[in-house]
Amino acid sequence: MHPKVAAIESELKPNKEIPEFFPGDELEVHIKVQEGEKTRTQVFTGTCIAKKGTGLRETFTVRKISYGEGVERIFPVYSPNIVRIKLLKSRKDNRLAPRAKMYYLRKKKT
Amino acid sequence: MRMGLLGKKLGMTQVFEENGRVIPVTVLEVGPCFVTYKKNKESDGYFGVQIGYHAISEKKATKAIAGHCKKAGLAPLKYIKEIRMEETDAEGITIGQEMNISIFKEGQFIDVTGISRGKGFQGVVKRHGFKGGPATRGSMQHRKPGSIGGGNPQRVIKGRKMAGQMGNKKVTVQNLIVYRVFPEKNLMFVKGAVPGGENSIVFVRHAVKKQVEK
Repeated sequence: MHPKVAAIESELKPNKEIPEFFPGDELEVHIKVQEGEKTRTQVFTGTCIAKKGTGLRETFTVRKISYGEGVERIFPVYSPNIVRIKLLKSRKDNRLAPRAKMYYLRKKKT
Repeated sequence: MRMGLLGKKLGMTQVFEENGRVIPVTVLEVGPCFVTYKKNKESDGYFGVQIGYHAISEKKATKAIAGHCKKAGLAPLKYIKEIRMEETDAEGITIGQEMNISIFKEGQFIDVTGISRGKGFQGVVKRHGFKGGPATRGSMQHRKPGSIGGGNPQRVIKGRKMAGQMGNKKVTVQNLIVYRVFPEKNLMFVKGAVPGGENSIVFVRHAVKKQVEK
């Protein structure tokens, strides 16, 4: 990336408190949801399986098992719709292999 | 006033809107440019404004460029571009004047011209989006163009799409929107993509096909 683009990206970054987390950590993501006139907060809890991109374009993928079916959502880290990211359990407590991309969890039997 | 400036493409990034929508933007460094010459009806036959961008040392410039810029009271400039306009539009512009990004406002439509990324000599599938033939079962037509004409006329019609050089060509994208301007940094966000790679020279002007408010 051009250094001037990186500089302007860091300037535009919102002053949000984002905990340091890695793939394998268990996360609780609070998302703003608009329903007609009303807005409410929805919580998505699961394991972070990947982080991608740098600067403002950074995203992370969270996977959870919902009613026996695997569900994955990709969130942009700096989206204004992400109210809060809470670290529930680190990857070490989860006893997961240290990987940058935890895609093997998709095939893992539960 | 319709005017244009030279600048540099720095790369792309994204911006979030309040509702969380992501807008892809290109970061351009535009200007400052300097007016090197004004074309006039008496000596040139038409009106136009010539601008220059990127000051270089006297050593690096050719004598012709250095002399031309010196006449306008400027340091030698690396890139020079002419913009044709009506005499009435060019009234407020004087030779030697600095023009910067402030001529562009947020929400305005612009046209951006650049040299597209060169892709070399490409076949018809990549260059023109032909479908190609089947890969297997002895087809022998995998990425070939197929027939290029019939028995009548007994020649290939001009403009027939064939393999050849792709990219590295002057391309203009019209009616892009200025998403944000940072006047003190000479930077600008343009919604969408712009031809060329990082650090390539682009020409940004007020959209030709849109009205500019006075």
